[in-house]
Amino acid sequence: MTDNFIWHTERIPPAVTAWLTGLLGAGLLVDLAKMVIVAAILTGFVSLLALALVWVERKVAAHVQQRLGPMRVGPHGLLQTLADGLKLLSKENITPLEADRFVFHLAPLLCFAATFVAIAFIPFAPGIQAVNFNVGLVFVLGIGSVGVLGIFAAGWSSNNKWSLLGAMRAGAQIISYELSATVALLSMLVFAGSLDFRGIVASQAGGWWIWRAPVVGFVAFVIYTVASTAECNRTPFDLVEGESELTAGFHTEYTSIRFAMFFLAEFVNMFVVCAISATVFLGGWMPFHIGNLAGFNRLADLIPPWAWFFGKTMGLILLFMWVRWTFPRLRVDQLMNLEWKFLLPLAFGTLAVASILVTAGWYFFPG
Amino acid sequence: MELTPVPNPTPAGTDAAPIYEDYFVNMGPQHPSTHGVLRLVLKLEGETVLGLTPILGYVHRGIEKMGEAMTVLQFTHLTDRLDYLSAHMNNWGWSLAVEQALGIEVPARAEHIRVIMAELARISSHQLWWGCLGMDLGAFTPFLYGFRDREKVNDIFEKTCGARLTVNYIRPGGVTQDVEEDFAKDVRAFCDYFEPVIDEYETLVGGNIIFQERTKGVGVLGADLARSLGCTGPTLRASGVCYDVRRNRPYGIYSKLNFLVPIASEGDSWARYKVRIAEMRESLLIIRQALDTMPEGPVRAKLPVIVKVPAGRWLGRVEAARGEIAFFLVGDGTDKPWRVKVRSPNFSNLAALPEIIKGCRVADVVAVLSTLDVVVPCIDR
Repeated sequence: MTDNFIWHTERIPPAVTAWLTGLLGAGLLVDLAKMVIVAAILTGFVSLLALALVWVERKVAAHVQQRLGPMRVGPHGLLQTLADGLKLLSKENITPLEADRFVFHLAPLLCFAATFVAIAFIPFAPGIQAVNFNVGLVFVLGIGSVGVLGIFAAGWSSNNKWSLLGAMRAGAQIISYELSATVALLSMLVFAGSLDFRGIVASQAGGWWIWRAPVVGFVAFVIYTVASTAECNRTPFDLVEGESELTAGFHTEYTSIRFAMFFLAEFVNMFVVCAISATVFLGGWMPFHIGNLAGFNRLADLIPPWAWFFGKTMGLILLFMWVRWTFPRLRVDQLMNLEWKFLLPLAFGTLAVASILVTAGWYFFPG
Repeated sequence: MELTPVPNPTPAGTDAAPIYEDYFVNMGPQHPSTHGVLRLVLKLEGETVLGLTPILGYVHRGIEKMGEAMTVLQFTHLTDRLDYLSAHMNNWGWSLAVEQALGIEVPARAEHIRVIMAELARISSHQLWWGCLGMDLGAFTPFLYGFRDREKVNDIFEKTCGARLTVNYIRPGGVTQDVEEDFAKDVRAFCDYFEPVIDEYETLVGGNIIFQERTKGVGVLGADLARSLGCTGPTLRASGVCYDVRRNRPYGIYSKLNFLVPIASEGDSWARYKVRIAEMRESLLIIRQALDTMPEGPVRAKLPVIVKVPAGRWLGRVEAARGEIAFFLVGDGTDKPWRVKVRSPNFSNLAALPEIIKGCRVADVVAVLSTLDVVVPCIDR
């Protein structure tokens, strides 16, 4: 039953290549066609993903707050975000009089492009990965940092004092928290022994790093979760927008499609960090196996790999949402103290311990 | 386009500086956290607040002057529009002044109803404050929880008074009409429902480490400063001064009721939070006592058809949700007051903000303003 494309997604790309070769003949044309197809799929996926996540967030928020949330447009308000998106597109696109026009228009593109590119490197299932790159993780972290440039540019060019304050906070916050997020990932990479997403997933065939690396796996996971919440500007680290303080922070002056781009980028960014977390700590698309319990393992295998991946990612996203609708916001100096005095030293400690453990081979199922 | 530089307004207590040298920010009059149309001019250095000046008057309606043009009974409904969250207490304060002027005895049943209504209003006001405090600190959920519970109080008001916010229920001589027949049952049900919910409030917001970090030691208002600025209500009591009009200058039947006046000594935002939460518990206690002892009988004393205020001066002071609100009535023997003056607790409490905010962060302005809990229409009148 499991011997088909749904479980063995690694057979899809060769099949598509074969079909295209038959259609167009071998050569440059096939590569070009593949690029177009993948680009189209990714664009569609990202748009759908953002719409779905906005809907999920509104529903989660509503149920946390004992409300129903959107109920009118479509069953259980499923089409609400689509309607809201269309409404946003039809709004007037305002550029403030004294704004730096070029930078002002560039900023949302920067934000959106940074998160969009990162999606291409994530392995959703065996063989389903748009770009396989031997230092994929480093590249994704690097391209993710470009997003802060967009926020910075937006805050600076809007010619609004609140926006500038928001941008100042963004600069300090995102750059600081990127450090501990990266170090936390690094301490798992010494276990995985690979910077390639495919390699990282493959290294977890015997078990996920979160529990296979004794204690440090879990500590690193917590550090990464906290730091990536800050990177996504989500409560309790949403100082960059800080509605009750900065009205809307860096995107105060943005309207219409440009605002929508910031908004979408935020949700896609959340998906990206959760997907990275799921891949590095929770085994990506690897099913959950328990040692020699063959019966249980076979049951786990009945769930296709992509479902495992999306299940893990969605679980992490729900955790983010739960936190967002429960916690108040930190203050800017407390935010910095948390990072520099607590998270970063802890992350470095984790990295040191992890290196020792790997060198000594003291972790579950080595080799 | 050429922009003409406009001199920046300089917050009190800071040096005037050349244009563009300092970072001035207008918080309000349109801002999510100023709770109405309040404008705060902030002088910043990075995120640190160097000085702050509140600029008032955006909702000035001339309520005091209007009082001179209408009879004392007509003015009662305008008092609802001062601090709209303590509408019952405002009505009561005005009624006290008028009753003193006319020498009216209020029936016992009316006194009990007044106490119950006023304490319900205090609870609903604190519920709303609790929700807004959560939202100002970046947690959206408390806001909806607060409103969920406030709805139940408003339903009780609606059943008896016909209105939910500007109730206009307590009036000189007693109350408008007797309470609705389910009143005692509804109020008891609400008390039983709300008592455990306060613990839930404490867990959701007060028990959160981030919330404690954001409020402890932030905006410390010393006892001497609080006294000299005329702060009253929970703001004053959180600074360690035990002053409550209900206890120190009892009115109505408060002298017969058993209740505690919660105080705290730290004077920071956290202390103000704790005092208000404790007050909600005490209010439930008061409501239950008043319900138990409520007698039957008339709810309104006989008033002359045309109420003429005799020549003289009277002061009606009550403890509203935010502090002492006092109505000063000067009569000259005609049917209209010669002068009406309102002593607003919010005005005095807001006066503390510029003093205690220096050196704090922008985010603290919101937190401190929220725990001072000002209602702007009462300041601007």
